[in-house]
Amino acid sequence: MLGRTAQNLFWLSRYIERAENMARLLEVGYRMSLTSQREGGASEHLVSMLRAAEVDEDFERKHEVADVANVSQFMLFDETNPSSVRSCLLAARTNARSVRTALTSDMWESLNSAWLEFASIDPRETTGSRLVELLRWVRTVSHRYRGALLSTFLRDDGYAFSQIGNFVERADNTARILDMKYYVLLPRTDLIGGDVDIQQWTLILRAASAHRSYRHVYHDRFKAWNIADYLILRPEMPRSLIFSIGWINRTLDMLEEIYGGKGAGHAAAAEVTAMLEGNSMDRIFAYGLHDFLTEFISKNNQITEAIAESYNFY
Amino acid sequence: MPGPSAFDEMTNADGSVREPYRVLEQWLKEQKPQALGLMAADAEGIFRRLGITFAVYGSNEGTEKLIPFDIIPRIISAIEWRKLSKGIEQRVRALNAFLHDIYHRQEILKAGRVPEKLILNNSAFCPEMMGLDPARGIYSHIIGVDLVRVSPDEWYVLEDNLRTPSGVSYMLEDREAMLQLAPDLFQRTKVAPVETYPENLRRTLESVAPRGASGSPTLAVLTPGIYNSAYFEHSFLADQMGAELCEGQDLFVENGKVYMRTTTGPRRVDVIYRRIDDDYLDPLTFKPDSMLGVPGLFDAYRAGNVTLVNAPGTGIADDKAVYTYVPEIIEFYLGEKALLSNVPTYNCTKPDERAYVLEHIAELVVKEVHGSGGYGMLVGPTSTREQHELFRNKIIERPDNYIVQPTLALSTCPTYVDAGIAPRHVDLRPYVLVGDQIRITPGGLTRVALKEGSLVVNSSQGGGTKDTWVLED
Repeated sequence: MLGRTAQNLFWLSRYIERAENMARLLEVGYRMSLTSQREGGASEHLVSMLRAAEVDEDFERKHEVADVANVSQFMLFDETNPSSVRSCLLAARTNARSVRTALTSDMWESLNSAWLEFASIDPRETTGSRLVELLRWVRTVSHRYRGALLSTFLRDDGYAFSQIGNFVERADNTARILDMKYYVLLPRTDLIGGDVDIQQWTLILRAASAHRSYRHVYHDRFKAWNIADYLILRPEMPRSLIFSIGWINRTLDMLEEIYGGKGAGHAAAAEVTAMLEGNSMDRIFAYGLHDFLTEFISKNNQITEAIAESYNFY
Repeated sequence: MPGPSAFDEMTNADGSVREPYRVLEQWLKEQKPQALGLMAADAEGIFRRLGITFAVYGSNEGTEKLIPFDIIPRIISAIEWRKLSKGIEQRVRALNAFLHDIYHRQEILKAGRVPEKLILNNSAFCPEMMGLDPARGIYSHIIGVDLVRVSPDEWYVLEDNLRTPSGVSYMLEDREAMLQLAPDLFQRTKVAPVETYPENLRRTLESVAPRGASGSPTLAVLTPGIYNSAYFEHSFLADQMGAELCEGQDLFVENGKVYMRTTTGPRRVDVIYRRIDDDYLDPLTFKPDSMLGVPGLFDAYRAGNVTLVNAPGTGIADDKAVYTYVPEIIEFYLGEKALLSNVPTYNCTKPDERAYVLEHIAELVVKEVHGSGGYGMLVGPTSTREQHELFRNKIIERPDNYIVQPTLALSTCPTYVDAGIAPRHVDLRPYVLVGDQIRITPGGLTRVALKEGSLVVNSSQGGGTKDTWVLED
């Protein structure tokens, strides 16, 4: 397989996963803002959402007020925002065009029709319930693509690169969604653990489609401790950090088998794994959740660099 | 206007239906009024979903468009096809022999049968190819011959495409779409398959692998990338024949050998089906600023370590000025009369012919010698006086830059348009593969001018395509 093909498949999956997570983030930011709008419509929740996606500075350069209209336009349609849903879907399709021959027709068609549908949406008509509907649609785009991948893609190196891309991105995004809570820490400490705080944690669970499954796992009220545990350390939770790194490790093993040797990706992934396996929420909170997540995101990025190096991305 | 008097391939002047179209005619009669409209809508959906698009240069509405597909097939009988394919085979044999000669001893020039100046001063002549011996002595492996029909027995060759002819993916996808849209129609008659093309292409490429390549040579399709107008076709063909789709950046040359950059390191490449023009192939040999090509590729080719398909320099045999000599070329190398006729062509550098052209320009078709895609041409009968005047001046200024032909009454085929089924003008591009043997896919790509009365079938100028059937006996 060409190094460029591997690279394209890797990024293609990343962009689709990112589109989904940006939609999830925006949905959470939007819901939070509904209950906490300041005068003029700006919302600190939307600001912290932008910060979690690391696009807050870009946003400020273009818009003065972080209200729902501006933020949703920026996160959905803005061509200059590399993480907007539009940019992600277009990049995914462009990557897909480059590797058409490596994709199954089901995978290609899911991407192609998603882009054509998205391109026909009028940005001015995406307010209120329409906005929520569109954000759901973005999730189904990702699900369709992934469904097509899982049920039609040959289990070879191309599949491995797609999966690694997918889970590197998911781990990154889940860490960022969790980190958003850090940015919305309430100003008065007596409210931590209070109703508003719990509501925010709940929304973070929602962003990970995990607010109902949480009950099955914890049989408990929503508690910050559990929720962080759920999204970081629970191997059965499909958007958790440890779940994602598990996939990355298994897929790297698969590559090792196909290519007959380990690449630098293994070492990089092992460092990330070491942050999670055998760790506990006690220790993570003692270390500082934000610091832990920042370190995680950086180490997770190194997996991409290591893979690019080993398998001749260029 | 040639419109009303043109030969219709389905219906005779007296209203009776020609033999090859009997089954289709019956089938059309049985369709409910809305059925064809729904089929046409389905067809568009199929093509859009598959992403079969082409880019139109200079278009503002985004870069990707669908080529309109007409749901009514064009039908050629087995006897008609046998005759045609013999003529095509003869032609490609002669043109390959001509290329070999031009790049070796140039006997045909010495014999004075083709003017030396026309070849050696031609920008399509590639001096770098002199004395080079491509595998099996083949220069043009993949050829599209553009044909038009004017009566039941008269076909003319409009031009030969010996460089990198495109469109074959439409031939394949049109059949695929037709099979999906009207399976019952196929059950009533026997249509020769076109689906064998990718396999035959693969065999052809394998058969011209350099000596010393392994039993199953590594094939690559070299594309300029996703922004090229024919990118869909490049990826489609690579996929269908199981070759790697490469851009210039994916290949490199080391010690005179070509490799691709893979996830596990360099891998040797034996045959490159390149869809990049000669000029851009290798910045070290041709255009130095080319970002699309592979530095050193031509040296590797010259050393016989890789086969380029088609060879550089084949354009000298499909140049519009050389075209007029093809009957001569066939006689010279094969000692046979040409089976397929050329369109009579006026040479504007000859004073008497030029005078005729200038006087009768309103009836004639003027083409730029190096033009393609229907750009830079004049169709006299459908143009304005201002356009006639413009081309008169162009011809006076550069008589050698234009060839002029009579406006042919291109045949028409029934076509589904807004107003229902109506005759529209068509041409035909059969695809020929030249390797260990010559393989011609039955049928080819039919292009149809969708505008009433229009004779310009190019997709860039509002043309569409049709599935093309060759009936089996």
